[in-house]
Amino acid sequence: MRQITYCEALREAMIQEMERDGKVFVYGIGVPDHKAIFGSTAGLVKRFGKTRCFDTPLSEDAMTGFGLGAALNGMRPIHIHIRIDFMLLAFNQIANMLSCSNYSSCGKLKVPMVIRGIIGRGWGQGFQHSKSMYSVFAHIPGIKVVIPTMAYDAKGLLISAIRDDNPVIFIEHRWLYWQKGGVPKSSYALPFGKANILRKGRDITIVATSWMNVEAVFAAELLMKEGVNVEIIDPRTIVPLDEESIVASVEKTGRCIIVDNDWLFCGFSAEVAARVSSRCFGKLKSPVRRIGFAHTPCPTARHLENEFFPNAKNIIREVEDMLKLKPMSFDGIEFYSHEKKFKGPF
Amino acid sequence: MNKKLSIELYKKMYLIRCAEKQIQKYYHEDEMKTPMHMSMGNEAIAAGVCHALTESDQIFTTYRTHSIFLAKTGDVNEFFAEMYAKETSSLKGKGGSMHLCLPKKGFMGTSAIVSAHIPVAVGCAWANKINKNRKIVVAFFGDGAVDEGVFWESLNIASLMQLPVIFVCEDNELAVHSHIKERRGYNSITEIVKKFRCQTLEIDSTDAEEIYNLTSKAIDVLRKKPEPYFMNFKYYRYLEHVGINYDFDAGYRKKDEFKKWLKRDPVSLQRIRLMKSGYVNGEIKKIEKEILNEVVFTIKNVKNAKLSSTDELHKGVFQ
Repeated sequence: MRQITYCEALREAMIQEMERDGKVFVYGIGVPDHKAIFGSTAGLVKRFGKTRCFDTPLSEDAMTGFGLGAALNGMRPIHIHIRIDFMLLAFNQIANMLSCSNYSSCGKLKVPMVIRGIIGRGWGQGFQHSKSMYSVFAHIPGIKVVIPTMAYDAKGLLISAIRDDNPVIFIEHRWLYWQKGGVPKSSYALPFGKANILRKGRDITIVATSWMNVEAVFAAELLMKEGVNVEIIDPRTIVPLDEESIVASVEKTGRCIIVDNDWLFCGFSAEVAARVSSRCFGKLKSPVRRIGFAHTPCPTARHLENEFFPNAKNIIREVEDMLKLKPMSFDGIEFYSHEKKFKGPF
Repeated sequence: MNKKLSIELYKKMYLIRCAEKQIQKYYHEDEMKTPMHMSMGNEAIAAGVCHALTESDQIFTTYRTHSIFLAKTGDVNEFFAEMYAKETSSLKGKGGSMHLCLPKKGFMGTSAIVSAHIPVAVGCAWANKINKNRKIVVAFFGDGAVDEGVFWESLNIASLMQLPVIFVCEDNELAVHSHIKERRGYNSITEIVKKFRCQTLEIDSTDAEEIYNLTSKAIDVLRKKPEPYFMNFKYYRYLEHVGINYDFDAGYRKKDEFKKWLKRDPVSLQRIRLMKSGYVNGEIKKIEKEILNEVVFTIKNVKNAKLSSTDELHKGVFQ
């Protein structure tokens, strides 16, 4: 299959949907500029014109309500925030307006709106450019939350999000933008609520989100050398959640670690842990464990930031501890570091 | 003088006043389990503006919905069915007094978060503009909404994009109980809004006909050449912020003030106009009786209807 990056997959999804449906439009701060949201909106303004691809005032709150209004009148907005932290300025619209429009009108006011929020880390971005937030959005009934890891999923799920008649928050990790994967050229829609089993295994289930899947896959490869066979499940959508795939995997392995690209407290990892503990109680060989951000604001200095974010090393150590294995040596192993690829700014 | 217009505006206002008086009559029974933000006093704005709109023009309001809902839709049955949360309501009790919604008649929705509906109205207007359907969108809000940042964001966007949206400020100088003097670092909202690329008007009037005429004229222009319009209408909120009673004993405002406004009560004013234009008292009383009968009959039917099904709770979170 043709290999393209996650970023190209996102761009292709939007182009194909904008060509298919004249009601789809894309807007947000910086969307049509020369940087084009890290390239994901490159060329759209030239192709579709300023009415369907436009920049906005720095008014996240009003521009979210604007999208809702356009959606109520039959348009299909895609609103982009280059950092998800900026979306908090629109939290009132998301939590008080978009989420309840369909419910409060008994289905008469549908909201086919996509909000793309970019998450990420690195290069001194600090505490206001590094949040993940999806647990907070997922907490509110009436909003779908999508968080693709693979380029294939990025395209297929974004197409589904655009076609969905409900508000969808679509979360993209900046570091995934360069990840290449097999992506069909033709248009395709992937269903929400269907997890992807990234790696088959029998000893332990890892449920990971977004970038943490990259870390989990690397950890699994190293653990394989020690004879530990890890199964990795990428839920792909937080709302709706494919609980069945997670439960089926844990029932098989008897062990579960959730590696979340977020804080742990009251987060998605807690939700998965609660559901797994409840449904797999008799089959669990040990308590469910969780790995995530340190419970602090994200510091800017590199050495502190490296402590803040979990990585493959943390996953390996957790697995070893869970299985009572001797810790492996990390000598000579090259772990992922953004120093090699990511010179910023994010 | 346009007799037909005068009587239609009177009917609209009388219906609103009548419906709210019935709410006052029945609220103590505790069958309408919804917080009532009463419109009494703003009937001229509701009737005057809505009468200038077509059914397909779209409006958004605050939680103080009663007068504007009845003026725009005339749907008394839907109004009371939702107050009583009956199965006959199209909203099945999910909205209540604060969140009435009847999109097929252009009543698009409300917000109980002050100002949150204003950008939504702007987005609707944008879609109407690019779809070239000549529809007008009106956002109604109180003077408290102007304190919110999103009002200014919305005004800026509408002015930048030249959208066919009317911002109607129902200015009663009160945000709940806080007077305008305690909230503003400037003197005139209209003077500030004038600096944007939009039209403005400000008027202290309880005359529905005057408000209708001004709005109609503005809409004629807007349909030909889309641009935003800001209208500041002064009025006096007769009752407490939420609830069906007077609250002059609370101390934040004086009854004398109310008495002054009551002398130019919008409903009475229009009745006087009808008399001057040649209607005899008997004719007007007949009209009033018909409206009262419709409201009383509707309430009776609604009270006899079933509550909406509890199955409704889980319905409609998503499409």
